[in-house]
Amino acid sequence: MAVNITSSAKTALLLISLLLLAPLFSAVPGDCQAALMVSDTPDDWGTSLTLLWDEPAFSVRGYEVWRLNVRDGPSPRFTPTDSIDASAALAAAGWERVGDADPEDSMLIDSGLNPDSSYSYILLAGTQTTKEVWGPTEPQAPVRQWLRYARTNILVVVLMFMGTVVLLVEWARRGAKLFIRRIAGLEAVEEAVGRATEMGRPILYIPGLDPMDEVATVAAVNILGQVAKTAGKYETKLVVPNRDPIVMAVAQQVVRESYSTVGKPHLYQEENVFYVTFSQFGFAAAVAGLMIREKPATNFFIGRFYAESLVLAETGNATGAIQIAGTDSDAQLPFFISACDYTLIGEELYAGSVYLSREPLLLGALKAQDYAKAIIIAAIGAGIVLYMLNPGIAERFAALFE
Amino acid sequence: MKKQGPIAVAFLVGFLMLVQFFTPNPFFLKLYNWVLDWKQVVLGCTFILGTWSLIRYHLTKIQRRKENWQYSYVTLIGLMVTVVSAGIWKTASGPYPWLFNNIQVPMQSTMFSLLAFFVASASYRAFRARTVHATLLLVAGALVMLGRVPIGNYIRGEVFGVEISLVAISDWVLNVPNLAAKRGIMIGVGLGMSATAIKIILGIEKTYLGRSD
Repeated sequence: MAVNITSSAKTALLLISLLLLAPLFSAVPGDCQAALMVSDTPDDWGTSLTLLWDEPAFSVRGYEVWRLNVRDGPSPRFTPTDSIDASAALAAAGWERVGDADPEDSMLIDSGLNPDSSYSYILLAGTQTTKEVWGPTEPQAPVRQWLRYARTNILVVVLMFMGTVVLLVEWARRGAKLFIRRIAGLEAVEEAVGRATEMGRPILYIPGLDPMDEVATVAAVNILGQVAKTAGKYETKLVVPNRDPIVMAVAQQVVRESYSTVGKPHLYQEENVFYVTFSQFGFAAAVAGLMIREKPATNFFIGRFYAESLVLAETGNATGAIQIAGTDSDAQLPFFISACDYTLIGEELYAGSVYLSREPLLLGALKAQDYAKAIIIAAIGAGIVLYMLNPGIAERFAALFE
Repeated sequence: MKKQGPIAVAFLVGFLMLVQFFTPNPFFLKLYNWVLDWKQVVLGCTFILGTWSLIRYHLTKIQRRKENWQYSYVTLIGLMVTVVSAGIWKTASGPYPWLFNNIQVPMQSTMFSLLAFFVASASYRAFRARTVHATLLLVAGALVMLGRVPIGNYIRGEVFGVEISLVAISDWVLNVPNLAAKRGIMIGVGLGMSATAIKIILGIEKTYLGRSD
């Protein structure tokens, strides 16, 4: 009997709730639908929806955003009523409050959604006295996207550039002669190593301060390989202090292999390629001390450098060493240019290993860089001409690259 | 295998990292974060390698009585004291923060402040007006420097009926020719980076493995 009473009470409560909510789940005025729009958020894995709403004509104190997981079927209708607080009614009907927005906002991204579900939204615009109800919207499911469409332009450029590299490498493989302009800093490498040999002093090579995952460090290690081969050929001591232990491990391997390549594996001594410290100025102090004590005849500063660049280059200059620097950090270039004999500027750093090895395959890749630069220059020129002719078209043209 | 293995790993990792940049697929995001986590693990392990390298370098120096070998004791004792104090009293209290704040920080500051003197000597060499280029550099440098200090605000005049201030000239030098040159360099750097990355992914560049064959 008790069970029956409880179930009757539950049924009665449910009926009362439905009666109270009945007017809420009915037709909705069309202008409310138009004011709130839901769309799939681009460039995600179906985990969010974007809500956009129009600025209302009346003064708003803030917005409440409510969501209902619909899954299948149409969304329940909701009509405002003065008798029940809209927020309480929505909560009672199973809607979830997903966020609030400020009066000046007109957009909200609802994230953490399931791409296999559909969602309906209601926006409550709070005024001084009441809450205006916008929605509910038609059920919308977030869509899984495989491609970040905002990066399509980058993808196209990357594929074109990769294609050019492969094409020119193949061209070089077939024996095409590719012209590469003279780079003074790289021409001087042999002379600089020769000078150290004649003077009986070591060569100092610093592969920058950045870790191995920076492309500048990879380029520096590539050039180190070529310098180590020349040093091995002339049997000159090569000293490589490092700031990063991973770079040290790679540098040790590169120097060892380079000595082996020129048939001088016995020249390799692990203590000459060593770790100093991770501290930036601690490293600068240690290397400056090394320069003063050992007085290397040739210093190479190749890779990414920061404020310590001038400390290193000026100390090397004071010891009378011939200095070759190469960096892609534009802020350090003036310091290297004023304190070193030769400086590889920007892209020349990345061309170093190719230039020194003169391998046809690598030359092909280098040539692709030149063609890509020509295309960029042409695009800049086209942009300038378009801007002079029609700024509107020029802006659309510029948007392609954003 | 010794040659092909690392190239295959470089290709696979490089290709997957390239793909993750273009797709929002959570698998690739997880993979990317996993690689970053492993990078930290590898870095931690290589610090042991680095520390051992440092110890061996200085022990060899002491053993062979190389020039200024006595200072190697300072390095080794400093390393031991720092490690031991951090191990016993941790890094938040005890001797470690004292060592850091009263020895390391002042020494680093000293090295940094030395830059002022090095800038002076480098500028002196760069600004010697021996060639047309050096003269141009000197003039541009002087204009920019004067335009950046308070007195620059008061240097102004009328040229062909147009009011020109030194600050405006300084800004123009920085924002037009200087920025144009910088952007030119940056475009070249971007292409160089991309080309190097592509060469490594495709296995064309192998010098970083210690061999180019």
